[in-house]
Amino acid sequence: MNDANNKWIGKRTIRPDGADKVTGQATFGADTTMPGMIWGKVLRSPHAHANIRSIDTSKAESLPGVKAVITSADVTNYSPEKSVILGIQDMRWMTRNVMAREKALFHGHPVAAVAATSQKIADQACKLIEVDYEVLPWVVEIDDAIKSDAPILHEFIEFEGKPSNIAGTLEHKKGDVQTGFEEADVIVERSFTTRPVHQGYIEPHACLVSVSADGRATIWSSSQGQFMVRAMTSMLTDIPQSSIRAIPAEIGGGFGGKTIVYLEPLATILSKKSGRPVKMVMSREEVMRASGPTSGSKSTVKMGIKKDGSIVAAQGTYYLQAGALPGSPIRGAVGCAFAPYDIPNVHALGYDVVSNRSKVAAYRAPGAPIGAFAVECVIDEISEAIGMDPLEVRLKNAAKEGTQAAHGPVYPRIGYYETVEAALSHPHREIPLGKFQGRGVASGFWFNAGGESSSQVNITEDGNVVVTTGHPDIGGSRASIANITAELLGIDYKRVSVLIGDTATIGYSNLTGGSRVLFASGMAVTDSTEKVIVSLKERAAKIWDIDPEAVDWEDGYARPAGANAGMFDPLSLEELAERATETGGPIGAGSQLNTAGAEGGFATHMCDVEVDIDLGIVRIIRYTSFQDVGRAVHPSYVEGQLQGGAAQGIGWALNEEYIYDSEGRVDNPGFLDYRMPVCSDLPMLDTVMIEVPNPKHPQGVRGVGEVPLVPPLAAIRNAIYDALGIRFYGLPMSPPVVLEALEQGEAAE
Amino acid sequence: MVKLHISTIINGEPEEFLCEPEETMLDVLRDRLSLTGSKEGCGSGDCGACSITVDGSLICSCLMLAAESEGKKIETIEGMSDGETLHPLQQKFLEEAALQCGICTPGMLVAAKALLDENPDPTETEVRFWLAGNLCRCTGYDKIVRAVLDTAQEIRETK
Repeated sequence: MNDANNKWIGKRTIRPDGADKVTGQATFGADTTMPGMIWGKVLRSPHAHANIRSIDTSKAESLPGVKAVITSADVTNYSPEKSVILGIQDMRWMTRNVMAREKALFHGHPVAAVAATSQKIADQACKLIEVDYEVLPWVVEIDDAIKSDAPILHEFIEFEGKPSNIAGTLEHKKGDVQTGFEEADVIVERSFTTRPVHQGYIEPHACLVSVSADGRATIWSSSQGQFMVRAMTSMLTDIPQSSIRAIPAEIGGGFGGKTIVYLEPLATILSKKSGRPVKMVMSREEVMRASGPTSGSKSTVKMGIKKDGSIVAAQGTYYLQAGALPGSPIRGAVGCAFAPYDIPNVHALGYDVVSNRSKVAAYRAPGAPIGAFAVECVIDEISEAIGMDPLEVRLKNAAKEGTQAAHGPVYPRIGYYETVEAALSHPHREIPLGKFQGRGVASGFWFNAGGESSSQVNITEDGNVVVTTGHPDIGGSRASIANITAELLGIDYKRVSVLIGDTATIGYSNLTGGSRVLFASGMAVTDSTEKVIVSLKERAAKIWDIDPEAVDWEDGYARPAGANAGMFDPLSLEELAERATETGGPIGAGSQLNTAGAEGGFATHMCDVEVDIDLGIVRIIRYTSFQDVGRAVHPSYVEGQLQGGAAQGIGWALNEEYIYDSEGRVDNPGFLDYRMPVCSDLPMLDTVMIEVPNPKHPQGVRGVGEVPLVPPLAAIRNAIYDALGIRFYGLPMSPPVVLEALEQGEAAE
Repeated sequence: MVKLHISTIINGEPEEFLCEPEETMLDVLRDRLSLTGSKEGCGSGDCGACSITVDGSLICSCLMLAAESEGKKIETIEGMSDGETLHPLQQKFLEEAALQCGICTPGMLVAAKALLDENPDPTETEVRFWLAGNLCRCTGYDKIVRAVLDTAQEIRETK
């Protein structure tokens, strides 16, 4: 499966959904309409923190054109006392996130929603809703939230026996760090901060929901999981899952941010109340104020190294912002922080901190970039302290097959070492640098994920193939699935159509996230296709009246094998399809798997920067990613993941941040002031794909989507140090911050 | 409110519509004319997903009032291919995987076509600055810039 003789796996085929996407025909979340459709709008809290004493919707309801008004009273409640887990979410928090219940917890928190015959009337109706707020003291930053006299968001959350904004902790321990540090020749301890950053998908959240008179709901929406949409909407509306059909629209970017619902339950309740299909679309401002970014953080990392370059002890403490409700990605931060290294003594501790910000959502390797940023910066410093190249230090301490990771697993065959080796010998490393230019490196890890996936492979009557899976395609996975199916069947790629089923047409499939889609759906599709091949061989055997064991499947044909070789003319897929009725009926097979063995992904990034010392602008002039990609089933889309992750990391490192005003409101809720990288900000982003096949996957697939966001933050920071001799300990390293540091440096001289 | 009656030409076809004075060109394209290929990513002219050309000039349709299109020639993504024959840019975007999620792709293609109509031999820097008004969050722009440069070369060579 991993050789040069492959016809389709490893080939840069044209994606099955491509023509629709370059002609404007693809249907995204906001592109669906229905006869009789009306518009839903959300009324949002103008306060960062307030008790909701009462809501009077009567004036809004009597406005002509208004068809329904809802508040938290219409959304299924889950008591804060008892956890109700769905996937990685807790429905206690989800119900309070989609609609404020006891309290408004952040500026922009939904407090009511309206459906009306036009968007204009819906907006007017929102203004007529009277909410009686008791405004409360608020807190947005970690240091303020963990003070002993901080305003408490949730009285029911306790830490060390008292109401607290610390909602949880997670700890990993290996060996004994105290003993480890005693062995070290050099110990470096540093503290870091990072700001919350948004996933920045270009498509705002959008849905259309129609609930029929008998209570059956159809949801068209853009999400990372139609089954997640169905389950969460069911739990928030009390409509059974069997009565909800969630149809996945094309998704205009998610990066983790569309792994939860915001609008779907509200539109469902509005549609049920009004008897009309309801469409809801967030504005960009609503996306920025009320959908989840990833956490801001503060951390302290201490590492001890011997003069020979062996890292003997590592300790990390991380505080991550959860937003208004518990659930920051501390698992990713503390689990991934030290994961690329074989360190005998490790202690990693994470705190989940709530404050009056929008609830965080997953963002590409959730928590891992935060964990790695601090560690990879400290490794740069300990390497310098012992006078060893930072890549050589990484190579010396690289985790390998058999390494016991601090977060639990003993690694099988992994490719981290190979990424560092590749970086060490790459021509990028030899390119001379000029004045105010610098080079930095950093590494990163992501767990990757398996879990539930379903697939159906059907042979059409004319001998072509339709594959259905249950995962929204976020970056070209349909093309890879078509490559795999065509390879296994030995037929032309163009004869395979790949579709994404809705919740009524394909078996349960967990969401698109964790870099799991091609790993898990590749397994499911392989299983289904192999079953189809067995059936095809049985049918040929029946026609030839020989034993099915004596039939081979090769290049799209059934051929008699063994003693019967050459006795019959081969039967093509078309011929077998044509004779399906006489040989046993329809040809097709389905699989419902709970996949395991995803195994981790590793990368090392090398980055060159040039600093404009007059403007404080850091420009990326050269960038190379080295990643163990397992098996690049479609190399172009694997490269695309590496490039896209690097670009998001560049934004996180250099410009992106939420800025809050003095009233606890986001002050930059748009693309002008929330500055994501634009085309003229970036150079070409080079990639080196290293293929160390995952031994637990039929095609050797490892997840590739998330690792690329883990190394960039530190790689860029370390490059700026190389350029300026200034070490930064906070992100973003935006022009004003860099200018200030340059001025302080001059003053010190 | 009395609606305005607007006569315009969209993708070469005469088109008439009624709209309210404050409606944007993007709203009319999407909600009244069912031309949903133009996307709304921001509504403030920062992302370029709604890019169209008006009498040949590249604009963000979310920043234009629909009423301003009276007598003008509008080109949208829906008019870019010639039936089943894709524009060379569309074809190259597919071949070189210059899209991942595809939400920015219509605006990106409209903007890239406007560039090549004006400058058939752009440098990488010219492509990057021309497309700086079109946000893409998936690709890091690498394959987009290459696809535009490769298309420009192909068009020059076939002329």
